[in-house]
Amino acid sequence: MTIRFQAVQRLASPRPRLAEIIFWLLPAAIYFLLPYDRMLVLSLMAYAIAVLGLDLVLGYAGIVSLGHAAFFGIGAYTAGLLSVHGWREPLSGLLIAGALTLAVGYLTSFLVVRGKDLTRLMVTLGICLVTYELANRMSGVTGGMDGLSGIEMAPLFGTFEFDFFGNTAYWYAYAVLVIVFVALKFFASSPLGLSLRAIREGVDRMPALGASVNNRLRVAFTLSAGIAGIAGGLMAQTTQFVGVDSLSVTRSAEFLVMLVLGGTGRLYGAVIGTAVFVVAHEFLNDVDPVYWEFWMGVLLMAVVFFLRGGLTGGASDLLRFIASKGLPALRKREPAE
Amino acid sequence: MIKRRYFLGAALAATALTAGLPAFAAGDTVKVGVVLSLSGPFSIYGTQMQNGIDLFMKQHGDEVAGKKIELIVKDDGGIAPDRARRAVQDLLVRDHVDVLAGFTFTASAMASAPLAEKTKTAMIVMNASSSHITEANPYMIRVGQTLPQITEPAGRYAAEQGYKNVYTLVADITAGHDAETAFIRGMTTNGGTVSGSLRVPAQNPDFAPFIQRIKDAKPDAVFVWLPPGEATINFIKEFDQRGLKEAGITMLGTGDLTDELTIRQTGDAGLGVVTTGHYSMAHDSDLNREFVEAYLADYPDDPWPNFLSVSAYDGMAALYYALEKTGGDASGPAIVEALKGATIESPRGPITIDPENRDIVQTIYVRKVEAVDGQLSNVEFFEFPESRDMTP
Repeated sequence: MTIRFQAVQRLASPRPRLAEIIFWLLPAAIYFLLPYDRMLVLSLMAYAIAVLGLDLVLGYAGIVSLGHAAFFGIGAYTAGLLSVHGWREPLSGLLIAGALTLAVGYLTSFLVVRGKDLTRLMVTLGICLVTYELANRMSGVTGGMDGLSGIEMAPLFGTFEFDFFGNTAYWYAYAVLVIVFVALKFFASSPLGLSLRAIREGVDRMPALGASVNNRLRVAFTLSAGIAGIAGGLMAQTTQFVGVDSLSVTRSAEFLVMLVLGGTGRLYGAVIGTAVFVVAHEFLNDVDPVYWEFWMGVLLMAVVFFLRGGLTGGASDLLRFIASKGLPALRKREPAE
Repeated sequence: MIKRRYFLGAALAATALTAGLPAFAAGDTVKVGVVLSLSGPFSIYGTQMQNGIDLFMKQHGDEVAGKKIELIVKDDGGIAPDRARRAVQDLLVRDHVDVLAGFTFTASAMASAPLAEKTKTAMIVMNASSSHITEANPYMIRVGQTLPQITEPAGRYAAEQGYKNVYTLVADITAGHDAETAFIRGMTTNGGTVSGSLRVPAQNPDFAPFIQRIKDAKPDAVFVWLPPGEATINFIKEFDQRGLKEAGITMLGTGDLTDELTIRQTGDAGLGVVTTGHYSMAHDSDLNREFVEAYLADYPDDPWPNFLSVSAYDGMAALYYALEKTGGDASGPAIVEALKGATIESPRGPITIDPENRDIVQTIYVRKVEAVDGQLSNVEFFEFPESRDMTP
């Protein structure tokens, strides 16, 4: 087996490793070991889905988007409004929220993919601002600044009540996160996913290979919007509330920060970055409620300056370094992604 | 936070033992979970409210009906309904609080309402001001104010003054829309009409073109609602600089426009602004003089007790009143039952909890900004007793 073949294998293999299986058992462990932090982990999981969606456009397709809160919010309002107006079945509500956001994502993808980097950034920012302002203006529908309340959920599969402790909501979010992650893992190692990475690495060579760059980018953007919509819908259903802040540029920026912290272009980067951001936010806010953003900024700069590829990139560099130093136990093992 | 709380608890327990104080068993405490905005852009609100709560407890002790009142304060960091909800979840599940209080913003109160409903916990809303929020769950009681409740009298006053040509200018957010609607309702139900309504962007507005349009229309009065703080201060200054005050146009607003915190930053530009509100530091009553004096003595760095501190103070007063009445039963249904129709004498005057919807009924005063002892103050000169939120 040549090194090169191994590399391609590694790029294109969705088979889980032991470390990954352990990683995905963590939420279940947290559920039993840290019952009081369930709500925090629950919102973390919803955000992680949105950041995974963002990773698809930023990490895989190389489009910097400041508009993902718009899709997150559209999904949230869709799921919320469905419930408020009597459609209380969670799964179908979530699917409708995802589908509608997917459609909006498809329409906006034409605007986004047209330009180059800076134009794209501005267009996505514009989408976010427009959506926010719409939600603010249409307060008759959305509740405006007061938010949308009165969201009630029917039992999941007709049996599991959404209880006060958030038990059902927790497993529900956990399952959705795992499904989205696995789907993305397959997508990332599919020909289309690989070609997206190729576009990011060398956009000028792709047409020579007979691949339409813009079509692929549009597909990526559309999917990514749909995933953010699912995340928003999940948030609305599990917290029974949608605030207009879910559409804000600040929220978009937070998604970007989460992704950069964790490391772009790696699905685990999205999940780990979100976890670190949310937990750090909570912790810093308790330590110093007034200046927590300062410390968050310090953390972000430290990660960007010292770790290539965010926390996950840094970790795999470290593993590689240890392996190269000749620790036999690690030599044969590939670095964790 | 958790660690700190345990540490604090241990320290308190230690002092209690050493000082030989009666140690209360769990059954003898009423735990009050307080959610305030102590950080973020609105931290000053949270501080005001915290001061009001602390002042009340200092004056009235921490024992009611044989129960010890224990506060557990959480921060929601401003308009962050998700954080507020998590704080409430934490308070209910981890700390087992008996009563919830605080809630600076409507979104926070609304996001928390379903949880309190499930646990049947009383929610004493101290500031969130949108209409009808007490309908969100049957255990919510409001002791602050509602925006339409303090706005409608401004329209009523304008109509009764016989103003023929009146403009409104509000921020283009939910609260602004509500204020506009309530003012117009106050005008039209009392035989007046509004000539024009302007809405300005909520973020970093440039008032110049709007002020020019008002100047050209030469109205008798203009009703203004903007997010309290920078926007209100700038507007009041520009209104004066561009000669609208000189032209004899009266600026009308709600109490938050000329709140004690902001009005002193406008200089003489603020003189003559007429507002309707439920509390002024200058309110003429013995109870208020006592309140202000005690507040100033305790918080010299924050020398303007305003409606936020008073509402928080009254929220605690309502809780103490209810516990006295229930003999220490702090369950949601008992507290709500005790407070339905209750009237409490507050530094702002009498306040009543409407037995129908658990919302607040109170006197709304018409005030004018005047210089009193060299300080700009809201001097009350007319009142509308027993005002309630008339939003359909």
